Order: sequence, then structure tokens, then C-alpha cells
Amino acid sequence: MYAQMIKSTGDGVKSLDEMEPQERAFQERINAGGKIEPKDWMPEGYRKNLIRQIGQHAHSEIVGQLPEGNWITRAPTLERKAILLAKVQDEAGHGLYLYCAAETLGVSRDQLTRDLLSGKMKYSSIFNYPTLTWADMGAVGWLVDGAAIMNQVPLQRTSYGPYARAMVRICKEESFHQRQGYDIMMKMAKGTPAQKKMAQDALDRFWGPALMMFGPSDENSVHSAQSMAWKIKMNSNDELRQKFVDECVPQAEYLGLTVPDPDLKWNDERGHYDFTQPDWDEFFDVLKGNGPCNTERLEARNKAWDDGAWVREGLMAHAAKKRAAKLAAE
Amino acid sequence: MSSPEAKPYPGTQAVEHGKARADEWPLFEIFIRGQHGLSHRHVGSLHAPDAEMAIKNARDVYTRRNEGVSIWVVQASDIAASSPEEKGSLYEPANDKVYRHPTFFDIPDEVGAM
Repeated sequence: MYAQMIKSTGDGVKSLDEMEPQERAFQERINAGGKIEPKDWMPEGYRKNLIRQIGQHAHSEIVGQLPEGNWITRAPTLERKAILLAKVQDEAGHGLYLYCAAETLGVSRDQLTRDLLSGKMKYSSIFNYPTLTWADMGAVGWLVDGAAIMNQVPLQRTSYGPYARAMVRICKEESFHQRQGYDIMMKMAKGTPAQKKMAQDALDRFWGPALMMFGPSDENSVHSAQSMAWKIKMNSNDELRQKFVDECVPQAEYLGLTVPDPDLKWNDERGHYDFTQPDWDEFFDVLKGNGPCNTERLEARNKAWDDGAWVREGLMAHAAKKRAAKLAAE
Repeated sequence: MSSPEAKPYPGTQAVEHGKARADEWPLFEIFIRGQHGLSHRHVGSLHAPDAEMAIKNARDVYTRRNEGVSIWVVQASDIAASSPEEKGSLYEPANDKVYRHPTFFDIPDEVGAM
């Protein structure tokens, strides 16, 4: 999940009877599966929550380019390099779709960017981990994009129209990402003993952080309950995490790799795998800014923004000059 | 209460939805015509300094997988849109004109397909 720990502004979920007529009509529309569009009335909390959630999601797509961009120049073959380039370009596109969706709520893209660069807004904790070997490109595609898909597929039905439509586009492309990752893992896992060791090492390092992507248990969270009532969150964090584990374990088995969890076991009664929770202290520490790459990631984004300032201004000046010349000619 | 224009996000200049903010590249709405002869269809939006760059950006953002053979870009501030409050006056008149649908008329089976 690319949006973690989104706090709602309300104090819990109101019942329909407690609502003013306008809000009741809004909630009834959502309950009936209707979509809310930019010009429609919406409660302030809904709008604020969505800006945070979509903004954080967009930032994750953009910052998420960095760990993979790290390997573009070092991909083992020209074909792998072209594929990775295409994948990273997709992530930029996903960020753009999402920023546009957020903008329909009254925030500007540049403002969201400034909030990312200042550290006011967050991005997913997963991108604060380094990508040390080529096998990490496999693990990221397979596990990180895999975890993102778990969350994004249900969000195609979210109540806010522009967000749902962005999700539809993203999901269409995301499946390529996961499969290209698994393809790398298959190649490595069936390669030389050294390559297989690299694949296992990548799985060992990314398993815990991938489980953290869904966020801590939110069964008792008021924020989560409100988001679910508004249908901007479709499943609980634990539900999605369980689904992810259930899907990944057989995929790891096929690769001949071992999921780094000694207590992982199929539970016949539940019809699910039992597994160990990731290290939540580590998760909160990474969110606070103390992950291995937090500083590096924000520095890279700030540098890109500052270095690109002359391009943004130059193109703006050029467009103004062309407009003036066109007016003069008329 | 919420209309995005009424309460701008902190630090963001208040503008009517879709209107350009003074210090940013304007927003363009993107329309793509697919391969199969259908009309141009709205696919999303993006920022660009002018229409020419908007087309170039739209090519990169919205047609990476052969989604289209033609691109239209329109500056968002040039689009006039109906508002949700007009829903009644605009669309309700159609409700009592069911005879506009072919199924309103019963044609006997003997007549054959019509």
C-alpha cells in the first residue's frame, strides 16, 4: 500500500441520522455505489483526507523511481535495461495521473511537490530501503509492485471519480511491473549458485518491508473506519497483508526460495498462512525519517526540483513569447 | 462545506477548478482517439507551458501502449462545464419522453425484425 497511516480529520463515523441533509445525501450516494465528482458537494474531511491519501500515493510513485533508477545504467543486458527504463517511466506516469486526481480537490501539483520536498508529506516507507544488487530489481517488482496491486485493484471502485479512474489506468500497467520483477527472480533463482544466493538475499531483505507497506493493524482505528465509510479505503490493512502472504508463498516456492519467516505455516482451519508480523518499531522509525535512505531520497528529489527550475521557467517564458508574437501577427 | 475554490489548500492560490494558477504551468485536458474509429475520449490531464508541449507530454503520459492515433489538448480553463445543481433542469425533461426509445413501440412478431 502506497499510502500509509493516513489520519482522518473527523472524530469517528457519524450515523446517517446524525448528519445534516447535505451530508446524508452524500453518504447515501456513496453507500449506493455512486461516484463523487470534483464539482459535487463533499464534507471538508473527505476532501482533506483524499488530498493526503492521493498525494502520498503520488509521491510514492515518484520517489519509487529512485531505487530502480539506481540500476538502469547497470542492467545486465540491453533488453533488461530497456524494460527497466519503461517500468520507471510508467512510475512517473502513475505519479502524474495521481497528482492530476489530487488537483481536482483544490490543491496544486506544485504545492504537493513542495510539501514532499519539505518533508511535510510522506511517501511509502518501502522506498527508504536501498537496492543493493540486480536481484533487488526482481524483488521490488515482484513484492513491492505486488503489494501495491493488492491495494490498488480494490481502489478502482473507490468513491471519488478522478481517483478511481486514475487507479484503472495504473492497474492496467502495474501487472507488467510485477511480472517483469518475477521474471528477473526466475532467471536469478534458476541461475548459478551465486545468482540464486543473490535472489534469496533480495527476498530476505524485502520481505519484511513489503509486509510493512500495508501499514500496522487498523482493525480498531477510527481513521480507518471513517475512510472505509467514505469508500476511500476498501479493505483493512490486515486483510490485504494476509492476501499478499497467501499469494506470495507459493510463488516463492516455485522459485525454490525460502520466505524468511521460520513460523510461516499453512493453517488449514483458517484457510490462510500464519506468518510473523514485521518489525513495527523499524517501520515507525523509517516513517520518522531514520530509514537507511530517507535523507538520500529527499535530497535527490530536492536536487531534481532545483536543477529543473530553469527548464520550467524557460519553457514558460518561451510560451509567453510565442503567444505575444502570435498576437502581434493577428 | 466544500468547494475546492472556497477553501484553498494552505499555500495554494485559490482558483476556480481548472483555471490556471499564475505561477504554474497551465493545466491541459487530454483527449485521445483510439485505433478503432471511436471519437476522441477524455483520458486525463497534465501540465505544460503551451499546447505544443502538452501534445508532446500527452504522447509520453497517455499513449505509451498504443492507446491512440490522435491527440487533442484543451486548456482546462477554456472548458465550460455544466454544474451538478443544473442536473434537474438539464436532464429531467428527458424522463417523460420515453417514446424516444424504440422499445416504446410494440411491433408484432409477424412483422419480423425492425
